[in-house]
Amino acid sequence: MTKNKQPLLEIKDLHVKVGDKEILKGLNLTVYPGEIHAIMGPNGSGKSTLAYVLAGRDGYEVTQGQVLFKGKDLLDMDPNERALAGLFLGFQYPVEIPGVSMINFMKAALEAKAEYEGKKPMKPGEFLKYYREKIKEIGLPEKLANRNVNENFSGGEKKRNEIFQMALLQPDLAILDETDSGLDIDALKAVAEGVKKLHNENNAQILITHYQRLLDFVQPDYVHVMYDGRIVKSGDKNLALELEKKGYQWLEEQKTEA
Amino acid sequence: MGEKERIEEQDQILKEVTEKDYEYGFETEIETEYFPKGLNEDIIRKISEIRNEPEWVLEFRLKAYEIWKKMEPPTWPHLKLPEIDFQELIYYARPKNLPKYNSLDEVPPEILETYEKLGIPLEEQKVLAGVAVDAVFDSVSVKTTFEKELKKHGIIFCPISEAIRDYPDLVKKYLGSVVPPGDNYYAALNSAVFTDGSFVYIPKGVRSPMELSSYFRINARGTGQFERTLIIVEEKGYVSYLEGCTAPQRDENQLHAAVVELIAHDDAEIKYSTVQNWFPGDKEGKGGIFNFVTKRGICKGDRSKISWTQVETGSAITWKYPSTILKGDDSVAEFYSVAVTNNHQQADTGTKMIHIGKNTKSTIISKGISAGKSNNSYRGLVDIKPGAENARNFSQCDSMLIGDQCGAHTFPYIEVQNPTAVVEHEATTSKISEDQLFYLQQRGIDEESAVSMIVNGYAKEVLKQLPMEFAVEAQKLLAISLEGSVG
Repeated sequence: MTKNKQPLLEIKDLHVKVGDKEILKGLNLTVYPGEIHAIMGPNGSGKSTLAYVLAGRDGYEVTQGQVLFKGKDLLDMDPNERALAGLFLGFQYPVEIPGVSMINFMKAALEAKAEYEGKKPMKPGEFLKYYREKIKEIGLPEKLANRNVNENFSGGEKKRNEIFQMALLQPDLAILDETDSGLDIDALKAVAEGVKKLHNENNAQILITHYQRLLDFVQPDYVHVMYDGRIVKSGDKNLALELEKKGYQWLEEQKTEA
Repeated sequence: MGEKERIEEQDQILKEVTEKDYEYGFETEIETEYFPKGLNEDIIRKISEIRNEPEWVLEFRLKAYEIWKKMEPPTWPHLKLPEIDFQELIYYARPKNLPKYNSLDEVPPEILETYEKLGIPLEEQKVLAGVAVDAVFDSVSVKTTFEKELKKHGIIFCPISEAIRDYPDLVKKYLGSVVPPGDNYYAALNSAVFTDGSFVYIPKGVRSPMELSSYFRINARGTGQFERTLIIVEEKGYVSYLEGCTAPQRDENQLHAAVVELIAHDDAEIKYSTVQNWFPGDKEGKGGIFNFVTKRGICKGDRSKISWTQVETGSAITWKYPSTILKGDDSVAEFYSVAVTNNHQQADTGTKMIHIGKNTKSTIISKGISAGKSNNSYRGLVDIKPGAENARNFSQCDSMLIGDQCGAHTFPYIEVQNPTAVVEHEATTSKISEDQLFYLQQRGIDEESAVSMIVNGYAKEVLKQLPMEFAVEAQKLLAISLEGSVG
């Protein structure tokens, strides 16, 4: 892996408070284009907080640290600006939006992106063709793609819809927050296939996951383990296997040892 | 047709209309300047005289005036109504196109901004704002072709003042038959001093080949405080009528009390759509328009159908209940409504469905959207009379709240006097959730567009009832009327 490219994401000593409680306590992470990072950790370790802070959700106070996305100050951008800059969050619990069709939603998102990049938006005919291509590429059932956003989707269908949107928007950095949770083996494979298909040498993905199951199907370049608001250990795929074998309790011991 | 052609066509129509209005010779400037304030028998006689009305119309007006004198203005606990001094108003409408400004530069910037956002061509902006428009135009116009087409089918579509003159029997037969002067205070007032409005007559078996009326934005603009509309459709006829205008109706006349009467005979259908953006006053609610309208249709014939669709925003106070009397057997009535209030606006709106005939069916879909410090009330009546065998009603009254300083209220009244009736009512209240907004933003959509998207999704069921062009304008209007409601 060549490191002479500019990093996509640089998180430096990030401290984040939610209400009175400090959740992230000095997190550091660097992601280069072409990489797949996995972040694992027990509940309460701050995994989702990290995802939300990067996406720009309200309610998270950054008390210290810096985040650069493509060299620019990410924390200074509004949530929609971050998205337009190429950041995507696959939600753990995707919300339903009645009355708003997936087609109109994605059309509006792509138009916003085109405007941001100074390009002409796709004509309706072009867009529909593109939309249908992606339906096939991701293997999302057509009936879902023609519905309102997540309306009456099952848990698994919602997760696949996140990957579908990722395919349409083609982000530079995708953060998938427990996209594998609650999925049966087939859905899991479908999600993994989607991620692999969309991955290339110019983009990167951060897979936040509780179990290492997903990592059987999508090989990460790096595995990080979060514990108590920090990344306490980094390694490769083997680290995930070790964690699976020894459990998070092992981390507790590691932490005290360190 | 393409956007360019559409704008050119509109400009043509605009020119034709303004040219025609300069022909309105019977009203001199002097007369209108010195028309006295207040309402009394003399004033009514004067109005009738100036309009050259036949005796029976004057009688109609005077009778209504007598009734009005004996009535009191209605009060509704949920609306804060200012005192209206009826003797302080002028009851003669000024000619539509008296210029108020010399150029667009003098027009308040917020109004021009709205026109820009709605994509209104510059020439039209001038007329809408009341800027003096240069005369001298070519005569070819789409409007004339349009009138020819209607004539071919025997359709009458003209101002009610013309109908009184040219088709007195028709007007006499139906005027006041659906909304009698004694119906309510503002109907009585309107019946005494109505200015002008539309008259539509569709003969037997004729389906109007085009939508009628106010897609000519200029014609729709401030036709008057006391507009009177009468639409008659004979057996098996069909008409779709559009009223209103998305451009803000800037008007010094604060009180609008219109009356609309619809009559549908056997197998006839009337579709009445309204998209109205009333000038709401400033952010404190001062100077807005009071909109008291009585709209009623009667499904007189068997298997007749009347649909009301309305998108209303911006009025300082709106008080209107388009209603339908389902007299004919197997008749159908529908009411689709989106009412938006923002800032300090107040709306009290809804519908009455009165089931009289057998196997009648009514549907009510009402979507209220409140933002800012506004208050939005739905008031509906479903009245099933004893003879209404197998009546069916379905009502869905939804409220959406944006922010936490606004209010939404629902007052459904259901009166059933026939045991075979089936009446269903559903009501929901929702807020735009932070999670939904964030989800849309995370895909690159800015906050205001996100609110607009969610609101349009919410209102979709109603918006899709509108004729296409109106639907597009209505969507834009929803977006604009909710600006600044977030954050």
